[in-house]
Amino acid sequence: MDLYTFLIQLLNGVQYGLLLFLLASGLTLVFGIMGIINVAHGSFYMIGAYLAWSLSEHLGSFWIALPAGIVLTVLLGMLLEWLLIARLYQRDHLYQVLLTYGLILVFEELRSLLWGDDVRGIGIPGALSASIPLTETLSYPVYRLWISGICVLLAVAMYLVIQRTRLGMMIRAGSSNREMVQSLGINIQFVYRIVFAAGVTLAALAGMIAAPVSSVFPGMGNQVLIVCFVVIVIGGLGSVKGAMVAALLIGLVDTFGKVIHLDIGGVKVLPELSSMGVYLLMAIVLLWRPAGLFGTKP
Amino acid sequence: MNAIADSRARLVMLGVALVVLCLLPAFVEKYYVQFVAKIMVMAILAMSLDLLLGYTGLVSFGHAAFYGAAGYVLALLTPQYQAANFWTSFPLAIIGAGVLAMIIGFFVVRTSGIYFIMVTLAFAQMLYFLFHDTKIAGGNDGIYIDVRPVAEIFGWQPFSLDDFVHRYYVVLVALVVVYLLLRMVLRSAFGHVLVGIKVNEHRMMSLGYPTFRYKLVCFSLAGAIAGVAGYLYSVDAGVVNPEYLGWHLSGAVMMMVILGGMGSLVGPMLGAAVWLLLELLFQGMTKHWQLLMGGFVVLATLFLPNGLIGLADIVSRRRDTSDGHD
Amino acid sequence: MTEVVLRTAGLTRHFGGLTAVSGVSLAVRQREIHAVIGPNGAGKTTLINMLSGDLPPSSGRITLLDQDITGLSANEISRRGVGRSYQKTNVFLPFTAFENCRLAAQSRLPSSMRFVRPALAHRAVNEAAEKALAAVGLRDKAGTAVSTLSHGEQRQIEIAMTLATQPKLLLLDEPLAGMGAEESVRIVELLRQLVRDHAILLVEHDMDAVFALANVLTVMVNGTVLETGAPAQIRASKQVQQAYLGAEEGA
Repeated sequence: MDLYTFLIQLLNGVQYGLLLFLLASGLTLVFGIMGIINVAHGSFYMIGAYLAWSLSEHLGSFWIALPAGIVLTVLLGMLLEWLLIARLYQRDHLYQVLLTYGLILVFEELRSLLWGDDVRGIGIPGALSASIPLTETLSYPVYRLWISGICVLLAVAMYLVIQRTRLGMMIRAGSSNREMVQSLGINIQFVYRIVFAAGVTLAALAGMIAAPVSSVFPGMGNQVLIVCFVVIVIGGLGSVKGAMVAALLIGLVDTFGKVIHLDIGGVKVLPELSSMGVYLLMAIVLLWRPAGLFGTKP
Repeated sequence: MNAIADSRARLVMLGVALVVLCLLPAFVEKYYVQFVAKIMVMAILAMSLDLLLGYTGLVSFGHAAFYGAAGYVLALLTPQYQAANFWTSFPLAIIGAGVLAMIIGFFVVRTSGIYFIMVTLAFAQMLYFLFHDTKIAGGNDGIYIDVRPVAEIFGWQPFSLDDFVHRYYVVLVALVVVYLLLRMVLRSAFGHVLVGIKVNEHRMMSLGYPTFRYKLVCFSLAGAIAGVAGYLYSVDAGVVNPEYLGWHLSGAVMMMVILGGMGSLVGPMLGAAVWLLLELLFQGMTKHWQLLMGGFVVLATLFLPNGLIGLADIVSRRRDTSDGHD
Repeated sequence: MTEVVLRTAGLTRHFGGLTAVSGVSLAVRQREIHAVIGPNGAGKTTLINMLSGDLPPSSGRITLLDQDITGLSANEISRRGVGRSYQKTNVFLPFTAFENCRLAAQSRLPSSMRFVRPALAHRAVNEAAEKALAAVGLRDKAGTAVSTLSHGEQRQIEIAMTLATQPKLLLLDEPLAGMGAEESVRIVELLRQLVRDHAILLVEHDMDAVFALANVLTVMVNGTVLETGAPAQIRASKQVQQAYLGAEEGA
């Protein structure tokens, strides 16, 4: 593999990893602060992608579709929290898994009703459609760099909000002692609603910005959810640093696994079994550190 | 005293149900016989999950993997255009599912809580992708079992799996055997350890029990029983595909267990029946029946946490959990 | 001199930058009640957690009858003959009092990997459970769910479970906490009987009980041992009075 091909794969791997981080941080945020596991998290990734496609068509521009989609998702998230999620707080994780599993079924069918079952595509928005030339034949799309940039920006923003603002302080306090925070008069209900809406919007946003470079298809949410889980298991629940490290690791392993050719004893291991790579990684981490690389056992 | 009356009533109900099931094929047509057979297969799968969920507190979100694996064992053991032997392929499929569960269990049982849910799902999906993306077993389309297994032993064929009535009774026998087996195991010293682990694993460890070992054995046993269901289903369907390992099924089985009432063995059987009946009902109403299923799941989770059996208990008498279980 | 059942040497535990226990060396002898006392935060619970295997030590050694048990897991230590009761009631709430003790007694079977025979058919196990239940005076509550018992009765179940595992060494973490006067008297009497053929390490705040029962006292302050000795010596010790007993009189 020559240097430029390597560079391209490296950038792709990092970009995929950063997207995974965005997704995983949404899930971890909701779990870490509210104690809720939302297996429909992946569905929001799908919802984001389909929203991006459908709104782009109707509103004519990706750049209008993006904020519109974000607003819609925030509203949806708040509605769901108010109606359903709020009833899951003291319940066993089993019931959270089941209820959100039911939501997956609902979302899948709604998507089918609203937007059909076909695979869709969005063109890369004009402003970012350029490519940076690397060699005579190879170039790297600016849009992909933009995706990575947005993810990094959001990661920094999340860090700042949680560490430096009053809202963030409430969020951190909420995660440690709900009753105490409530007795201080801080509206925990409000905080939780915001957190849940933020969590699912991060997933939807990931779906929206990824849509132009990956196809928009019915099973995309479920597929990405599993990888999201693997990120969290490897990185460790409750650790943002862990999620970043794990996401980048998986992004690179997955990307390079698809382009490397590896034969072991006549058996074609790569790229045929590349999708196994992340699970193998997970199995190894489980043996070595069952609570994840940076996790603290809950 | 409540417990005795309870279990006596339950015994009577089960007895009646058994009689009805035995006589069913004489009174209804093929479609319903096959439908009830399907319910019974799902009941076996649901009971195996109840062992994990309801009795040991292990929330496995990838249980379908062992169900599907058994089906694939049968498919791979069946030569093209020929029949496998039931008496060899059935035990092999069960053992295969059990060994797979032991291997995966070795990795996942060392986790707990949320992690356990996530890794069981992840490993099940790994298997799904293994079968879906590779040519090991027909990839996305799956494998056809062209000829059903033959139940020949020493030249004698006690039944023919090509006959849907024979298949029905084979499933019924399997259901009864699995139920009795699980009852026995749950009454045993091993079973009591499992329930202890569910209630307070930390205390079990400090009492001297190496809980990892017990959870692993339980996980393997549950996987093997799921294999029983998977094999029988594949025999009936004549085809195996990656969806058998998929998480839609894993989620559906979980729902069956909760819906019926977990930690009761009878509940999951009931849950399987109700779930499949609902599916049939909704499918008859609209193309988008999954929407209704999903809505039902959401509502049932919110309003029926103890399942239908729990509902019955509230209605009749307060359940005496004197020894923790029946 | 009676034999030493449990001995620790330089037992230490750090939590990040904090040292909860430092260099604790003590010995618990057969037929002896060794009480560990000290103000809150002295490290007593951390110490007991290390002895029972709930927490691995950062450094130091623990020997049980000449066997090194440092760093073994809780279940391994239990199997070697150490029984631990918890300060925060750690029982099986949905089960009956009998089942709690029975499950504890069952742990003494060589293996519970038995799938055929009903658990309740193991007579020896049932008898051990009944004996333990009777020892704490709750035989008439055998069929009652522990969740419906009073707090004091639950503490008694806590102890009964430990007894049902027939340990050589008992580690009791504040067994009298939350008990009424009558129950306390019963437990003190029970401990007096038990010490005839067990070794007991007791963490307690109830000073009357401690001075009535203990053969040896170890006073811990800020994670270290301040002084060890017979009750009379400790009571008279100026440094102990300054650090702890003075404050306790008012408590």
